[in-house]
Amino acid sequence: MEVDLKVTPDRFLPHRYAGASGDFNPIHIDAEFAKQVGLSGNILHGLYTMAQVARAGTAAAGGDPRSLRRLSVQFRGMGFPEQEITVTGSVKEERDGVVVVATEAEQGGNRIIRNAELELERR
Amino acid sequence: MPVKADAVGKSYPETTYEVGKEKIGEYARAVGEDNPVYFDRKQATEAGFRDVPAPPMFAVVYSAASVAPGIFDPAVGINFPMMVHGSQEFVWGEPVCSGDVITTRTTVKDITERGGMGFYVFESVSVNQDGQEVVRGTWTNIVRGV
Repeated sequence: MEVDLKVTPDRFLPHRYAGASGDFNPIHIDAEFAKQVGLSGNILHGLYTMAQVARAGTAAAGGDPRSLRRLSVQFRGMGFPEQEITVTGSVKEERDGVVVVATEAEQGGNRIIRNAELELERR
Repeated sequence: MPVKADAVGKSYPETTYEVGKEKIGEYARAVGEDNPVYFDRKQATEAGFRDVPAPPMFAVVYSAASVAPGIFDPAVGINFPMMVHGSQEFVWGEPVCSGDVITTRTTVKDITERGGMGFYVFESVSVNQDGQEVVRGTWTNIVRGV
């Protein structure tokens, strides 16, 4: 089972994700505000990046959302729009049709999600 | 100032969320999910779903509001400007589909301090209209300089 996904969120992705999720924290959608609090620009929602890990997992398991049983992640570092995110994973164990995959998400050499664990059911 | 653990075990009033087909589509497009089951009722039911299913991470849409009162509860004592979302876990059960009414209850699971940082852990449990558990979330917020 190969967990491998690349995605480049476009400039307005954080705005669409804010609308879809209901999280309008200005740090995600207002570059000027983000700069005032010391960042180089508005940052991605961590839960958007977690959703990319979830998507990479279900895709690796064949695409059925019912195959994703569990996902845990640690948010470390910040993601930015207009830069490619790479999600990779390696199978830790497989038991009774359930595969546990150690996963991380990286952007520009920065591991923005670490120590993630996907639990996927083969369907 | 050390963290106070008195609020561990405290829970907050339930929140309810009614899941709509177009909201599922909006969320799926935002996160790049392109499986047609998220958009097309016919394909969803042919794949064995009761109705159009939500992508698993749609869990944040119906359960995040349930966690907010704990984050701002003075009894928990989070210094909000210093808070970051440290880690997150979801364990999924019955799939959530369009038309479902999801009820979520959040409990303060743990409050600890390590290395000058406070770790505030909340657990949310979401069930559908038939009482089936759809997701269990563990939300860990870290506060620097406690």
